[in-house]
Amino acid sequence: MITYDFLQHYWWFLIALLGGLLVFLLFVQGGNALIFLAGKSEDERQLIVNSTGRKWELTFTTLVTFGGAFFASFPLFYSTSFGGAYWVWILILVTFVFQAVSYEFQSKAGNLLGKNTFRAFLTLNGCLAPLLIGAAVGTFFTGSDFTVNKSAVGDIASPVISRWGNAWHGLEAVANPFNVEFGLLVMFLAISLGALYLINNVESSKLASQLRRALTVSFLAFLVLFLVVCYHLITMEGFAVDASGRVFMEQGKYFTNLLQMPLVLVLLLVGAVLIVVGVVMTLWRKDFRRGIWLAGPGTTLAVMALFMVVGYNNTAYYPSVADLQSSLTLANSSSSEFTLRTMAVVSLIIPFVVAYIAYFWRQMDKKSLTTDELNSGEKY
Amino acid sequence: MVETALVNWSRLQFALTAGYHWLFVPLTLGLAVIMATMETIYVKTGDEFWKKVAKFWMKLFAINFAVGIATGIILEFEFGTNWSNYSWFVGDIFGAPLAIEGIFAFFMEATFFAVMFFGWEKVSKRFHLAATWFTAIGAAISAVWILIANAWMQHPVGMEFNPDTVRHEMVDFWALVLNPVAISKFFHSVFSGWMTGAVFVIGVSSWYLLKGRQKRFALASIRVAAIVGIIGTFAVMLSGDSSGVHAAKYQPMKLAAAEGLKDGGTCAPFSIVPGVEIPAMLSILATHDIDGYVPGINNILDGYTTPDGVYHISADEKIERGRSAIEAFAKYRELKDSDPEAAAVARKTLDENIDYFGYGYIGSKQELVPPVPLVYWAFRVMVGVGGLLLLIMVAVLWFEYKNRLAGMRWLLWAALLSVPLVYLAGQAGWIVAEVGRQPWVIDGLLPVSAAVSSVSVAAVKTTFWLFVAIFTLFLAIEVRIMIKAVKQGPDIE
Repeated sequence: MITYDFLQHYWWFLIALLGGLLVFLLFVQGGNALIFLAGKSEDERQLIVNSTGRKWELTFTTLVTFGGAFFASFPLFYSTSFGGAYWVWILILVTFVFQAVSYEFQSKAGNLLGKNTFRAFLTLNGCLAPLLIGAAVGTFFTGSDFTVNKSAVGDIASPVISRWGNAWHGLEAVANPFNVEFGLLVMFLAISLGALYLINNVESSKLASQLRRALTVSFLAFLVLFLVVCYHLITMEGFAVDASGRVFMEQGKYFTNLLQMPLVLVLLLVGAVLIVVGVVMTLWRKDFRRGIWLAGPGTTLAVMALFMVVGYNNTAYYPSVADLQSSLTLANSSSSEFTLRTMAVVSLIIPFVVAYIAYFWRQMDKKSLTTDELNSGEKY
Repeated sequence: MVETALVNWSRLQFALTAGYHWLFVPLTLGLAVIMATMETIYVKTGDEFWKKVAKFWMKLFAINFAVGIATGIILEFEFGTNWSNYSWFVGDIFGAPLAIEGIFAFFMEATFFAVMFFGWEKVSKRFHLAATWFTAIGAAISAVWILIANAWMQHPVGMEFNPDTVRHEMVDFWALVLNPVAISKFFHSVFSGWMTGAVFVIGVSSWYLLKGRQKRFALASIRVAAIVGIIGTFAVMLSGDSSGVHAAKYQPMKLAAAEGLKDGGTCAPFSIVPGVEIPAMLSILATHDIDGYVPGINNILDGYTTPDGVYHISADEKIERGRSAIEAFAKYRELKDSDPEAAAVARKTLDENIDYFGYGYIGSKQELVPPVPLVYWAFRVMVGVGGLLLLIMVAVLWFEYKNRLAGMRWLLWAALLSVPLVYLAGQAGWIVAEVGRQPWVIDGLLPVSAAVSSVSVAAVKTTFWLFVAIFTLFLAIEVRIMIKAVKQGPDIE
């Protein structure tokens, strides 16, 4: 039976899937974070820019679609979080806006700011975007300072439904160490993925060894943060929902969720193992270049599992610390049954879209990128 | 009271973003079709010359494409950041097209753009051609969905208000998709993009002819572009005509403002400029009937009876009924758990007045009149410039056909100067559409004052100026890079 409840869970699954794919595709950002760190010569930097440059639109589009899908399926999140955590989202957007033009502009004559400035924009987006997106997702676990009052629409003088409790409008999230850890975790994961992707995509043994060095450092940072975040996740209080929809604090809620949803636990573990194996094999064997194809899907699975932990099993996925009962749950923030049902039909196209993207990806990347190819054909 | 300054700065910020976005998008839409046509000629004839022609325009396409994407993402998220109440109140309907746009169109554009740009040596000739066309189609499809969303704001259909969830909920997806306003809006916008692409290509090519450079390339480009542009202009005129009819039917205030029509009636005249009128022309255009009744601003505010005897209530009555709706809504929310009977009575009052819900937020009826001079003049600029561009394109194509174009410097100059004009017309068109529907975000249901987020005026001012700086910088760089690329020219001579 396809009930309203099922549709809400199905759409949260799609949000989790898009979120998981988005973090995987943040290898573009991670790669750009390494333009100056791993790219020592102009040729190497050009290779990095052109390699991530052939994928950036996929990441960008996934971000846009993630936003669109969230809007369509859980509009109360869209209005509450974007309108509330205003500065965080604006900052994320601005870094992506700079990224969007930088590829095309960086090497063109007449670009006003010079090549290195645009590459610095790419690096800035490469570090900040994963950090900020991670910190924003961290608040899914730690809560935010907002209230929701739908009856406000009946107040002509002040009809705004969702209100933020402080003037920092989202920037206050950095005051909570968990959000910062989560942000850094995503950032170092993205950098690791970026290094793995470049090792796979670019043909240059010198660059590859520099990338391996960067990978070692970023992966160690990732591992430490991963353990810290896991420890917090297991021990922290979570925002639980009872049968009547009332939100209350429950010790170890997220750990309980993992135990009560063993499939999600398996997803998380498999994801984590794939990431570790992908990186370790790359570092272990100099001729192993397929690490991204282990760690990338592993990232997708692990991130999906985290979204499921925070959304499924009677959990408030966007909790309010200002007023517990304002917290957003799948049930109280979703679109109508009709809209979810219609959009569920639309979602059947997704496997087809993924398939054609994968097909063209293979077509375009049959051969690794070389400086020769850049000098003879089209390049950024 | 929601601060007026907050509403105004939020509007200004959205207008800025949308205005900038529409500097880049129409060129993407039009140039895509033109270069795909050129590549088709290349594949059909096997003549390397056409490949070089297509590749040159693709280079300019790519420079422009990125900035369109950059401004587009801000637009999407601004619905949430700055219009959060709107996002909840109608998100059940409005979110769907945005999601579909991403899934269907943006991935298509992103994937095939990469194949088109980097795939010359990696995929077969025909495959590459298909990728180019898919990029063009992807661009057009993304326009479909965002314009469906926009049309729904102008003429909301296919939904019902649910006081329990406090939002409008979709009940008929196809009504949304097949909204007549959406259909004419789609053709009007996309074909205006064809005009933009065509005028751009003709303008740049004319510059080469004026300089005595790249003659073969310039004339070949002009031929393709002029045909695309002329087809586009006729389609713009046709869809513009039905847009006018729709405005008369669904948004009479917008039409009255665009015409500066204070007092309407049957056989309403069309104003060319103030003081110069064509008798009965407005009735013909707006209703396709010389005796058609077109209400003026005062009629709409004071209430009027159309010749068929239907009475349209006055603005004061609408505001009154809107207040009743909002009060009934508040009462329903208050009583629905404690006193179901009284709540049912309130619900009935709400349902009877729901069509005027948004009017309840309006302070005085004067707020219902959009800025008339701006809308009036924007309309004249749009139509006047559009007509002029058609004449120039027809002349260019004719003299090109007669092999005389290269020597006609005045016409080449006119074509070159058309480039800024076509952008002016596009911006003016959106001013008519968007300023003309003030104060409504959703026509009749939600005014701007009830749609904004609760952020400080200072925050919105800061992001406004931040965006001004960023977008202007990007525009300046894009124009500079384009000029350099044009000066360098295609790799033909």
